[in-house]
This record gives sequence, structure tokens and C-alpha cells, in this order.
Amino acid sequence: MSNPFHLVVDNVDKRFNTKQGEFIAIRDINLRVQRGEFTALIGHSGCGKSTLLNLIAGLDVATNGVLVCAGREISGPGPDRGVVFQNHSLLPWLTCFDNVYLAVERVFSSTEKKPQLAARTEAALKMVGLTHAMHKHPNEISGGMKQRVGIARALSIEPAVLLLDEPFGALDALTRAHLQDELLRIVADTKSTVVMVTHDVDEAVLLSDKIVMMTNGPSATIGEILDVQLPRPRDRLELAENTDYHHYRKAVVEFLYSKQKKAA
Amino acid sequence: MTATLTIDAMLTTPGDAFVAAMPAPEAVVEITALTAKQIAAAADREAQTQLAVRRRRERLASLVQSIVPGLVGILIFLLLWQGLTHVATQIPGPAKVWDSAVKLFSDPFYRKGPNDQGIGWNILASLQRVGLGFGLAALVGIPAGFMIGRFEYLNRMTSPIISLLRPVSPLAWLPIGLMVFKAANPAAIWVIFICSIWPMIINTATGVQRIPQDYLNVARVLNLSEWKVFTKILFPAVLPYMLTGVKLSIGVAWLVIVAAEMLTGGVGIGFWLWDEWNNLVVEHIIIAIFTIGLVGLLLEQALIWIAKRFQFD
Ligand SMILES: Nc1ncnc2c1ncn2[C@@H]1O[C@H](COP(=O)(O)OP(=O)(O)O)[C@@H](O)[C@H]1O
Ligand SMILES: [Mg+2]
Repeated sequence: MSNPFHLVVDNVDKRFNTKQGEFIAIRDINLRVQRGEFTALIGHSGCGKSTLLNLIAGLDVATNGVLVCAGREISGPGPDRGVVFQNHSLLPWLTCFDNVYLAVERVFSSTEKKPQLAARTEAALKMVGLTHAMHKHPNEISGGMKQRVGIARALSIEPAVLLLDEPFGALDALTRAHLQDELLRIVADTKSTVVMVTHDVDEAVLLSDKIVMMTNGPSATIGEILDVQLPRPRDRLELAENTDYHHYRKAVVEFLYSKQKKAA
Repeated sequence: MTATLTIDAMLTTPGDAFVAAMPAPEAVVEITALTAKQIAAAADREAQTQLAVRRRRERLASLVQSIVPGLVGILIFLLLWQGLTHVATQIPGPAKVWDSAVKLFSDPFYRKGPNDQGIGWNILASLQRVGLGFGLAALVGIPAGFMIGRFEYLNRMTSPIISLLRPVSPLAWLPIGLMVFKAANPAAIWVIFICSIWPMIINTATGVQRIPQDYLNVARVLNLSEWKVFTKILFPAVLPYMLTGVKLSIGVAWLVIVAAEMLTGGVGIGFWLWDEWNNLVVEHIIIAIFTIGLVGLLLEQALIWIAKRFQFD
């Protein structure tokens, strides 16, 4: 535990065996994330952001290299990492409550009784502002609300790291902005360590302490890492007039659209 | 429309608004305002009830629209049938069949010996065979479907056999059943078993194979136990597919039981139909045909209803 970093990705490669032979998705990935830090992974579509996140989640195994989370080598998925998927992945036959409860039960049922588990579930749903829709099924609520339940489920298990893969990608702009603000508040409240995949520059700058910019695939790697030193709590209206904000934004845009220009 | 509606509303407004409009002179202005408001409110209420009436009328209209074509179709069918009786005189007309059916169904549960029982007993006997054969098939077929869907090796192992046996006409299995069980009733149940097992195996296996990766990822990131994965993810996700299999199976089973009973004899709607053919009571044959159709329809509707209850999104 002497390592000051909460999450370490060390010289990681990921290759896929495909019909056309071996495909190098990402290579030489080195990443250090401190406790309580918010990291965004940004890059063009298909560069390997999800691949990297899946490696951290343990859903996939790295071809080379080591990943360490909270002092332990990552060898598979585990409840020390909470994952929010792009398409919410709620189980449609369970209510919002039961979807979150499933996770809470898995992690805390060995040490806590039912009322405590239910209280944890309710607290998680309250945190994302969904107390009123707790007993609804996913098909009865909006896309934004589903994504909130996904966040509640991921955070309810008190993970060491929260992983989000383009969580707001499928939402309309207004809902997305709203959820970004919510996420800012929740992360500040819970002091979570977060790694989030996005392809939205504003989202990355608004939320992150660190923006990890990936080069284009195949064989993608980390191109640049930008430290975002905007004061918190952050407010999107104030930031709109902040010169630093525009400076950071410009740096990312330049990376994406000039250095890593993508032939559409 | 709106204009008449409002005028209507004012004309039929209950008296209270107008009673209030008998004020002492000094309060006239105020009360007039009040009255106007009340009238407006009343008109609003009236408009609302008018809307409700209109909605109800529209609903009725759509109901009529959905029922009427069916009724017209039945009417034409009956007319054609009636017409046919003039050409083929041995076929009884609708009225005659109806009379006979009323008589038959007024005493469905009599017993006058092994070969002369009420139509109710015959239907129940057939349903019991279907229930047993189908139940056993579900007991074997659904778990088998889960296994085949879950383990690719098993899938590859069984798929040639299933592909080979599935298209075999169910009655082709009857001799094997008669030979093995040496009795008609278990042989009929055997035929039902073998014909209704395939849709359940195949649909359940397909359901397992089609579980969205997202759901399985949820199980993986949470490290859920096998039991939780089965009860909270696998089973609910496969259920709609399974129920489709069950529906198909019951449909096939009901088709087949009639044919099987014709060959095996005993009590049952299929045998009864054959018996009435031997007795040349044509009304009863026609009644049997409609009864078989009706029971099949009810079985299917019941399963559609059940399936709907487990339909998400
Ligand atoms: N299981 C896999 N097998 C083969 N190729 C894959 C697999 N998963 C991802 N890839 C490839 O790896 C690259 C990166 O994919 P991904 O990580 O999903 O990109 P991103 O999330 O940045 O859009 C893509 O070219 C994709 O086709
Ligand atoms: Mg992706």
C-alpha cells in the first residue's frame, strides 16, 4: 500500500485475435490515478477507450502489462470497481430499487442485515434524486433516469474506483448537461475516484482533473495527458467565461482535430 | 362544434350559478364577476364531461370497428355453409348443428359405459393427455434447452439429432409407443411428449444464446453467484422465449392429440369424433371440429395472456 496511486496501469497492451490475424488495439499504456481524482479518457471513436476501461473493469485481460487497483492486481471483475455502462444495462424485470439492491446485497449481505441493505439502496437512489421513482421498472422511466440508476448501482457498492463508459452518450444535450452537473456534485460528495470514457470535449474539461488523450487506433496509445487545474466546485455558467477553461478546451480540441485528425 | 358545445353547456348549467345571480344591488359588480367565473367553471366542467362522452363514444366506435368485420365474416361463413347443405345434402345446416350442440352441451358429463360418455368427459380426457405429455416434455425440454443454450459443445453435439428428428410426423412415433408401453393411453401421451418437446428445447436454447451481453456484464462486474445469475438474469431473460416454446408446443400437442386418439381409441375428443363418424352422426362430427378449434383457441389465448405478463419493455 506504499504506492500513492490508487489505480496503476503499467505498460499495458491489448491484442485481439481476429479472422484477419492479430489486431493490436492498444499498446504501451501507462496511467497513474490518485485517490479522489477524476480522469477522463478521450479519443476518436474506435481508438480503444472502451478496451482500456474494460481492462480496468476486469471484463477483459491485458495481453501484456499489469493493472493494479487499490493495491491489488486486477485479475477479473470485482465489486471494488463500479461500472456504469453506456446503455444503462438495467435488468428490465427488476424495479430500480431491486436493480440497485442486487448490487448492494452482493457486496454487503455478509456483514449487514436486510434493513441496512435496503437503507443503503434507498440512500444510493436518493443521491441520484430518484427516490420517487424507486419502485418503477426501467421501461417506465426516461433514458436520463435509467442512467442515474446505473450510477446509483455502481456507487452503492462503495467501489474504490468508479468506471464510466460514455455514460451520457445516448442522452439529449439538456439531459446530458443536467447529469454532468449531478455527477460533479455526487463525486464531490462521495470523494470517488473516477475514470470516465468520453468523446465530448466540454464534458471532459468540465468534470476532470486529468484528461488522457488517446491517439488513433489501431495500436493506439496515450498521446498527451492534460492536467485540468480549474477550482472546484465547478459551475458550467462561470466556466463559460473562464479563460483557463477555454485554454484547456482548446488544447484538447487541438489534439483531437489537428494532431489526431481523423479521416472521416 | 366548440361553439355549440359552450352554448349547450351554458343552457344546461345547473341552477346554482343563476341563483347566485340574484344579488343585492350594491354587490352587483362583484357578484357579476363571481357569477361569470362560476359560469365559466361550470362550462368548463360541462366541456370536460362532453369530452369524456366523446372519448367513450370513440372507444365504442373503435370497439365496433374491431368486432363488426369478424361478425360479418361469421355471417358469410354461415350463409355459405347453409348454401352448401343444398348441394351436399348429407351435411347438416347450422341450425341443425346448433340444436344438436345445445342438446349435447346441456348434459356434458354423463357416463353410460366406457364408449358412451358426455362430451365434457371427452374434452377433459384429451386435455389430460395433452397436459401429461406436454408437462413431461416441459420437464425434460426446458432444462435441456438451458443446457444446450449455455454450453456450445452440447449444442453442436445435439443439433444434428434434433434437426433429424424434429421434422418427423408425430404419429410416426405411435407404433414405438404402443410397442414399448403396450397400452393405448401411454402411447398417446408419448406421442404428445415427443412432438411438443422440440419447440421448447429450441426456443429455450435460443433464448439463452440471445441474452444481451449487457446483462451478463452486470453479472460479471458484480461477481454474482451462479444461483443469483440464474434466478435474476438467466431465467427472467429467457422466460419470454421459453413461453413462446410452450405456446408452440401446446398448439402442436392439441393438433396431434386428436389424430392420435383416432388411432388409439378410448375416451377423448379425437376418438369421439371418429366414433361419431362410425355412427354417421354428422352433426356431432361438425360439433367436434368446432369444439377442438375452440379449445385450441382458448389454450393459445391463455398462453398469450401469460406471456404478456412477462413482457418487459
Ligand atoms: N473483442 C474484440 N475483438 C476484436 N477487435 C476488437 C474487440 N473489441 C474491440 N475491438 C477493436 O478494438 C478497437 C478499439 O475498440 P473500442 O475500445 O471499443 O474503441 P472506443 O471505445 O474507443 O470507441 C476497435 O477497432 C475495435 O474494432
Ligand atoms: Mg467505446
